[in-house]
Amino acid sequence: MSSAGDAALEWRAPSGRLRRIPLVRLGFALAGVFCASLALAQSGDLRRSGYQEMGPALQKMQDDDTANPAMLFVQVGAAAWAAKAGAAGKSCADCHGDAAVSMKGVAARYPAVAPAPAGPVDLEGRINLCRTVHQQAPALVAESDDLLALSAFVTLQSRGLPIAPPDDPALAALRAQGRDLYERRQGQLNLSCANCHDDNAGHRLAGAVIPQGHPTGYPIYRLEWQALGSIARRLRNCVVGMRAEPWQPGATEYLALEAYLMDRARGMALDGPGVRP
Amino acid sequence: MRWRAFAALLLLPAAAWGQQDSIPEPLTGQPGDAARGRAIVANRAVGLCLLCHSAPIPEERFQGDLAPSLAGAGARSTPEQLRLRLVDAARLNSDTIMPPYYRLDGLTRVAKNFQGKTLLTAQQIEDVVAYLASLKD
Repeated sequence: MSSAGDAALEWRAPSGRLRRIPLVRLGFALAGVFCASLALAQSGDLRRSGYQEMGPALQKMQDDDTANPAMLFVQVGAAAWAAKAGAAGKSCADCHGDAAVSMKGVAARYPAVAPAPAGPVDLEGRINLCRTVHQQAPALVAESDDLLALSAFVTLQSRGLPIAPPDDPALAALRAQGRDLYERRQGQLNLSCANCHDDNAGHRLAGAVIPQGHPTGYPIYRLEWQALGSIARRLRNCVVGMRAEPWQPGATEYLALEAYLMDRARGMALDGPGVRP
Repeated sequence: MRWRAFAALLLLPAAAWGQQDSIPEPLTGQPGDAARGRAIVANRAVGLCLLCHSAPIPEERFQGDLAPSLAGAGARSTPEQLRLRLVDAARLNSDTIMPPYYRLDGLTRVAKNFQGKTLLTAQQIEDVVAYLASLKD
């Protein structure tokens, strides 16, 4: 509910869009009662994460740090955090200190805008900027275990925190591009992301429930992959499934989609590094 | 056979199929084979049908529920109507999520290995029409 004088009902649709309906003028007494009940009924956030869509067995696997396979990568990432690298001879910890303090909430804010000339980057991109600029080390290969391990370790420090994309105007164009890609049909099957994840979320595509597509758990350990992977890898899977031409690794399109989807998931709890079917 | 299907692909779309509810003429000279059609529908890598639809194909588990069941399709629609729905369901409903199974135009960013290819061949369309038409209840 918004403030008085501009009374309206606002809620989050499953698509993440903010919906707003001005209240019809009713008799004062009636309006009060009506309003309260309607607000209760409709102001609920209808968004559901992939974690919420999973069965209890998989949820349990994710929740148990001794069973979540992504935690093996977190251990590797923790070691990498403390290890000196590159010509500068510095570790991540040398600048950032205790990750539990310095990295808390960081993963929930990405993609974000790095200083020029880098521009918008996702978490993996930010890690590689640190490597090349501050550590003077070669960038880690996209989708490599080393990069995913560091990303998983940093992500863990934000577990349970709400996704909070920055209000940086430099991200607006990227999000708009992402939304356009999300809603545009492509490939031999002529489908858009929205066709499934907005319009048919909750239905079954063959045996699998279609999730709403909120990227709350990346990097994820996907059982289908038997590996940890980034959101770009997951997006690529869907693009290939549509029989569309996948973008090149590192292409802006993946970053744009990620920026849009994280904004769409704003306020949802980050649950990475997650397990997904 | 091949040239005939190709000619149909080139010539028919907008003009002949435009405003109609059906495609009266078969796409090939060879009648569709319902048994082959059933195999195409059942195959998730060929027909893809069961990703969205369920069908009376009990040996295939995990059928989708995004679209109506194919059971009774032959009672609800004529073979000619089924043919149009397979060839390009968007001609009846531009918002449909049903992929165009026999259309090449108006597609974006098709993967290289699928470019210039329809989802099904003309003969496969006829086979699936024959199968669906046989589903009377």
